[in-house]
Order: sequence, then structure tokens, then C-alpha cells
Amino acid sequence: MINAVGRELPEKIGDYIVKPYAGPQEAIEAEQPVCSRRKPSKRAAGNKLMPDLKAAIEACGLKDGMTISFHHSFREGDKIIGQVLTAIKELGIKNLRFAPSAVVNIKNPSIVDFVKDGTIDRIQASGIRGELGDAVVDGLDLSEPVILRPHGARPHAIETGALSIDVAFIGASASDDFGNCTGQTGPNACGSLGYSFIDAVSAENVVVITDNIVPYPCVPISISQMYVDYVVKVDEIGDPVKIGAGAARMTKNPRDILIAQRTADVIAASRLFKDGYSFQTGAGAISIACTNFLAEHTEKAGIQASYALGGMTANIVEMHNKGLVRTLLCSQSFDAVAAKAMADDPNIVEIDNSMYANMFNKSCSLDKLNFGVLGALEIDVDFNINILTGSSGEMMSGLGGGPDVADGADISIVTIPIIRGRIPSVVEKVFTCCTPGSSVAVVVTEAGIALNPKHKNYEMIKEDLEQAGIKTVPIEHLLKTAYSLTGVPKPVETTDKITCIVEYRDGTVIDVIRQIKRD
Amino acid sequence: MQTAKLKRTSLYASGANAINMIQAAFYNEDCLVYDLEDSVPTSEKDSARLLVYNTVRYHRPADKYVLIRVNGIYSEYIDEDLEAAVRARPDAIRIPKVEYPEEAARICQRITEIETAAGMEVGKIEVWCNIESYLGLINAYEIATADPRIVALALGAEDYTASMKSHRTKAGAEIFYARNALLTACRHAGVEAIDAVFSDINDIEGLKEDTALTRNLGFDGKTCVHPRQIDIVNSFFTPSPKEIKYALRVLEAVEQGKLQKKGAVTLDGSMIDKPMELRARTTLAQAEAAGIKIGGDQL
Amino acid sequence: MEIKQAVMVGTLESSDIQISISPNPNKGLEIQLQSVVNAQFGDSIIATITEVLESFGIKDAVVNAADRGALDWIIRARTQAACCRATETKFDWEGEN
Repeated sequence: MINAVGRELPEKIGDYIVKPYAGPQEAIEAEQPVCSRRKPSKRAAGNKLMPDLKAAIEACGLKDGMTISFHHSFREGDKIIGQVLTAIKELGIKNLRFAPSAVVNIKNPSIVDFVKDGTIDRIQASGIRGELGDAVVDGLDLSEPVILRPHGARPHAIETGALSIDVAFIGASASDDFGNCTGQTGPNACGSLGYSFIDAVSAENVVVITDNIVPYPCVPISISQMYVDYVVKVDEIGDPVKIGAGAARMTKNPRDILIAQRTADVIAASRLFKDGYSFQTGAGAISIACTNFLAEHTEKAGIQASYALGGMTANIVEMHNKGLVRTLLCSQSFDAVAAKAMADDPNIVEIDNSMYANMFNKSCSLDKLNFGVLGALEIDVDFNINILTGSSGEMMSGLGGGPDVADGADISIVTIPIIRGRIPSVVEKVFTCCTPGSSVAVVVTEAGIALNPKHKNYEMIKEDLEQAGIKTVPIEHLLKTAYSLTGVPKPVETTDKITCIVEYRDGTVIDVIRQIKRD
Repeated sequence: MQTAKLKRTSLYASGANAINMIQAAFYNEDCLVYDLEDSVPTSEKDSARLLVYNTVRYHRPADKYVLIRVNGIYSEYIDEDLEAAVRARPDAIRIPKVEYPEEAARICQRITEIETAAGMEVGKIEVWCNIESYLGLINAYEIATADPRIVALALGAEDYTASMKSHRTKAGAEIFYARNALLTACRHAGVEAIDAVFSDINDIEGLKEDTALTRNLGFDGKTCVHPRQIDIVNSFFTPSPKEIKYALRVLEAVEQGKLQKKGAVTLDGSMIDKPMELRARTTLAQAEAAGIKIGGDQL
Repeated sequence: MEIKQAVMVGTLESSDIQISISPNPNKGLEIQLQSVVNAQFGDSIIATITEVLESFGIKDAVVNAADRGALDWIIRARTQAACCRATETKFDWEGEN
């Protein structure tokens, strides 16, 4: 069958029944109460502090074939996933479903090795960056394809029961012996634990892992003892340098600066850019530069944004400190400044990732968002976006909240250079469709700005840009420019084997990734 | 209608740097100068020449005024630079450190010879002369009028101040005379005047002050040292509504004159000459580039 | 044309290509390509390099190309410069008329 973005999909992939993406959804009626595996009063007044990881794993009753989860807020500095999987392996538990919020590129030990030795045989995450991703698209032996979901879809999958978690392992940079914990304090602070909230309230067993036990009660209480079964102290939960030690610096690449500046100009030209506007810019090089230009525009206009959403960076915190944005809603903290800022300021708030992006909630913060700035690997003439796979089909990145933000924001802006080296990023058809073009309003490149005539706010944006004297070009022009520079690349050849299922924020299948054919 | 090509901003792209050359096509500069001279080490003059030639001949940006800056008139590279640069078919060739009109005329003559040999339209390639010494400045008017190809003089402040034994400052009092002298020569010769760079790329306020002076003195454009300077410099060349109105009136008078087959056209009692007409077209082109809509009742 | 000396042109910067040419008397053309875009453009890069070598009449040479995603005309220009240096000749500008 063919879904609403023209992707060829099978009816069934193993046991997975494919619900094809059918186009933008309006209102969603809940058919059933949310699922949770949480059991009350499991361990009344008992000592939750376990001597080591193995003891906690055994106490949880982890068995072959069960599902375990983690958050990715320690990014590439994560040392928890490796320690837990090693302990599980040593206990001889096999064939687990590994369901972190995202897999970042962690080595020593590598996740691939845990797949090869049979500890893990299924994976679900928002992205599988790095070594694991490369192995998966090359046909790594898993018992079912990897399911990739954007940030907003993961909590939904947990609440429908599609992703049912037996044991959630939650890394925290500070915890007390009852499991009140946070990521905001301690030597390995990672900031918001927003991705873990849904795991904490939904998993059957919750283990908090920390290297920093503090006297009861730990404050702030990001995750409450109400949900925590066990607490384990390990020597080290992360590498602070790789967690994100300092503020990301402004890029020096003039091309990225140009794209960032034009993006901020597009935002400032909009009639929605007024006192109380809201935005999400993100943490890529272009995003960070864009935040700086947006701050300049906001200051010049003498207005204040009501909130910034999603992943926070030092320069968004700086905007807040200058009074240019009233509130920061942090589902993730991208650097140490952002990680520590929440503890001191009631207007910098740690929020549940589900509150941020889950469209099936009674509401989510994205529903009110004015401007969303997105990065992408490829965009095609239908404005479909690929944020997963590179030009040779390799796994380059994760879905993150991109599909959610594009859909939620009034004006979603994709920032992308038209070529990277000799690889065109504006293409006829993206290799993997992650975000439907209908949700993309604007694409900003070094070679021009294109508006999507099929976007719901097209007329408004067009009028505002014309008013401001900002020129636009058809996206076909960007494609032509890119191809005239690079030539037309040979298409990536694939086998029939499906390695990844790419879900959209509404739980339907927007695309699949097939195994790359190697010579 | 002849459209005036704007020359508000000129950006150099080093012929030694492939990525620099590719990316330079995407900024908002009006004029893109592919450089064979100062930014290219002597060991790479040959490879840079081929890189620039292939880029300009086969992949020049469509919407820009494209120049090639060749090596010095007395350098060992100039002959082959011209062979390559002319055949690359840029809008103009920029010649560094011109001091005498004979030098400019000789280069222009050489361009004609190559155009002829290559079977190209003769006289199409324009020439900019960089004025970078007191001698060049003294001879500026003669240089500007040495050949019809010459359409602009550009001030090179660093070498000029060195020749003057001046000290270079941000405020630029030491080049104030040179700016005025160059402008005077250009205005009299009917060619465009391009101001010197502001070298501190991190000093945005300094750039703004310097560019305000550039614009107020009357320059047609300015050379930029970094892409981030471009939008700022361009913004200073946005004409006022008053200037736009006047330009529209000038062109209307010219059109009327043509319809009535008048030899001389006057506006408010003064005669409109060719430079005035060109200036009016430039004003409108600047307005358009700044996103100002012309026509209708607004202006 | 004969390769008189081993030469190297271009850089290993992104979007550039480094072309090395050395003599290979009576053994024909041997082109080795290392490229970050080998899957998409490998054949096209080899074709461009071969075409330039042929236009110089070079029949015997070892060419090593280290490509960092250079665009086609950059590859052409780098190869032309390498051929000029290797054969110790000036570029034939009149051939471009």
C-alpha cells in the first residue's frame, strides 16, 4: 500500500501491523484510558537502596524477552546504559527489548555488541545514532525492525500499551535513598529529566541510578519517590565533558550564519512576532546562531516572548535573563548553563516530554507554539523532510521532536544548506520521509527562501514576507541550483529487508528504511 | 530598459580556496571578485587561475556582477592571468595598483587582443582599477578616462596609507582626502567610485560608522572583507523615499524626451545628462534590492 | 604527453580534491580514487579525471585522487593544474576559445 506521503509500505512487517500515515489529523478522540504498568504500594517503607545494579535488576524480576528503558539526557557522556546492559548480560538475561528515548553514539561498550551477544534483540527509540544505526541499516540481526518514533509519539506509544516497559532505568545526577531525584544538581548534572517522567509513571519497575546520593529529601524533586522501586549508587553515571560542559559557541561558518540570520528575519517579518510570541529553535549550529539573531530582533522590537520550548541552550537562558523571553519550558537541556539554570529560577521549568510534544494529551505545549526552527538532512520538492538517513542511506541522526514541532508550530521553518560538500540536500524525493511536507511552512537556505504553498498558513506568511521585502523562490529553484552544482547523485540501492519502521507523531507509519545494498 | 547593475558591495573569494568560492556565490553581495592576487600564495597561482577560470566560465552566479582580480601589472603572472580571465567572460577584470593611465590603457589593449583572438565580442568586459598609492590617486582622473572599458575606481586604503607614510586608524582621517579626491575624479570621469574596506570584522558599530561615511561622501559601493559585513553595507545604500521620487521623475523626463524626440531633456530647469540618468536607474535598483516596492500610489 | 615529475595539487579541505600524478612509463593510466561520495559520484569523478588526462594526451600515469566532496568543475580544474605541472607545460588557453 501507499501512504499519504507516497511511500510504499507492506500491510504487515512481521507481527507489526502497519497503520499507514493518512495525512494531517484534526481532533483525536481517546478511545481508552491510558495504560500504565505501575503497581501501587509495592515496597512500603522498605529500604530501596540496593548494593549494586545486579541486585536491583534481580529484585525487579527482569527476565528474558522483557522491555527495558532509559533516557538520553546524558547524551554521549552516558555511562549508565553501558553499565546496566553489562550487568544484565552477566546475569545471562537475553532477548530484551531496548527502548530508550534515544540512542546516542555510545562506545565502550557498544550497543551493537549487546545485540550480537543476544542480550538485546529488539530496539525502539527516537533515533539510533552512530555505530548502532549504521549496523542496523546494514542489516544487523534483530528479531524485528527498529521502531523509530518522534519525541511526542513515544509517550503515546507507552500510554496505548504499544510500548510496555518492564523496567525503567533512570539516571539522575542526584538522588536520595528513597528515589526522589533530579538531573539539575551534582557533578554530572544533565538538566531536565523530561524524557523519563512517562517511564517513571508507566513502567512496572523503576530503578534510579546515581553517583550522587544526597540527604533526604533531594531537591528539586524532578521524579518523585512515589514511582521509584530501587535506588543504586554507581561510581560514575557520566562524563561531564560529553554531557555538555559549556555553552555551545556561535558558529563561525558564514554560510550557517547567513541561514540563521535569514531565518530570524523570516520570524521577525511575521505578524505573529509580537509581544507574547513563542518559539523553539533547538541546538544545532544554525539554531544557536538563529537564537542570537532572534534575540536581537526581539530586543529591537521592544517585545518579550512568552515562552521558549523544548531543548534549552545557554543563549536561550541568556535571552531569558535579558527579559526577552518570560518562561523557558525545558524538556531537555543541551548544555551545562541550561542544565543548571532551572534550579535557580522559577521561570525556567522542567517539563515532561509528553507535555511538550504528545498530540494525544488533552493539550501539549506545541499546540500554542508560533515559531519552530528545524534542522534537516534532506528536503524534497514536496517539502517532506528526512532527518534520519544520509545520502548513502547511513543513519545520521534521530527524529527528535522535529516532526512534532513542524506539525505543532504555526510557522515551521526548516534551515538547511542546499549542498553539503557534493551532496545536495534539496532533492527530488527524500530517502526517508520523517516529517510530512504539509507541516513544513518555510525552508531557508543559503540560496534562497522557499514557501510551501500547501501549508495552512501560506497566505499569511507570503503576505508578511512580501511586506517586509523578503524575497522567496519556488523550491524547484533550490533543487535546480543544488543539482546544477553537484550533478545528480546515483540513488541508494536497497534490498527488500525492512530495518526500521518510522512512525509519525500520530502513531501511523510514515516510512520504512530498507537495508542498504552493498557491492 | 537598461538595468543598472548595483555595485553596493564587493566580496573577494580566494582562488586558492574551493569552498570559499562556492559559498561566496550565495551571500547578498552585488559584486563577487574571484581573486588571483593577494589571497593566493605564489605556489598556487597556476591552480587558482584554473579554479577561477572554470568557475567563472562554466558556473558563474547568474545574479551577480562577477569580477576577476588579476595579479599585478608587472608580475610574472599577469599575461596568463589575462588569457584566463578574459576567456572566463566575467563582467569585469579588476586590476590592482594602477598608477598611470598608460598602464590601464595597456591592460585594456591586451584585453581587446585576447577578446579578438578568442572570437569574443570586443569591449564587453569592463575594467575596474584599484587605486592603492598616492601616484594612482594623483592620476586618478586620467586613469579613469584612459579607456572606455574602465567603469570604476576602487580605493585600496592599506597600500595607499603605506605609500603616504600614514598611520591607519579606524576613524580614517588619514584617508579622508583620498576618498574625496578619488570621488572627485570618478564623478568628473563618469565612472563609479568604490570605497576601501573596513578591516575589523568583529566591530559592527565601527563598520556602520565607516559605511555611513562611505555613503554620505557619495561612493557607489564598498569592498567587504567578510560575508557578515555585506548585509550591513547594503543597508546603507537603501535610498530615501525622496531620492526614489526624484529618480522616478528623472527617468520619466527621459522617457518623455525620447517620445518627443528631444535631444536635450531638462528637469526643474537643469539638463539631464547620461550620468544623471544612470544614477537614477541605480537609485531605483538599490530601492528594489532593499525590497522597496516601486510604482503604484505609494511612491 | 609525458609525465616529467610527480606533482600534487589541491587540498584535503571539505569541497576540494587533492590530485597527485606520478610517472607510469608504458603502463597506461592507473587512477585510484578515495572519495567521501564514492557511492553517489565515484564513476563521475573518475570520468572527469580521465577526460582531462586525455585532453592533455597523457597515456601513462598513476593518479591518486583524494576527494572531499569537490564539485565537478573543481575536480576538472585541479586535474588540469596537476597535468600542467606534471608535464611541465602551460595551459593551452587558446584551446578554450
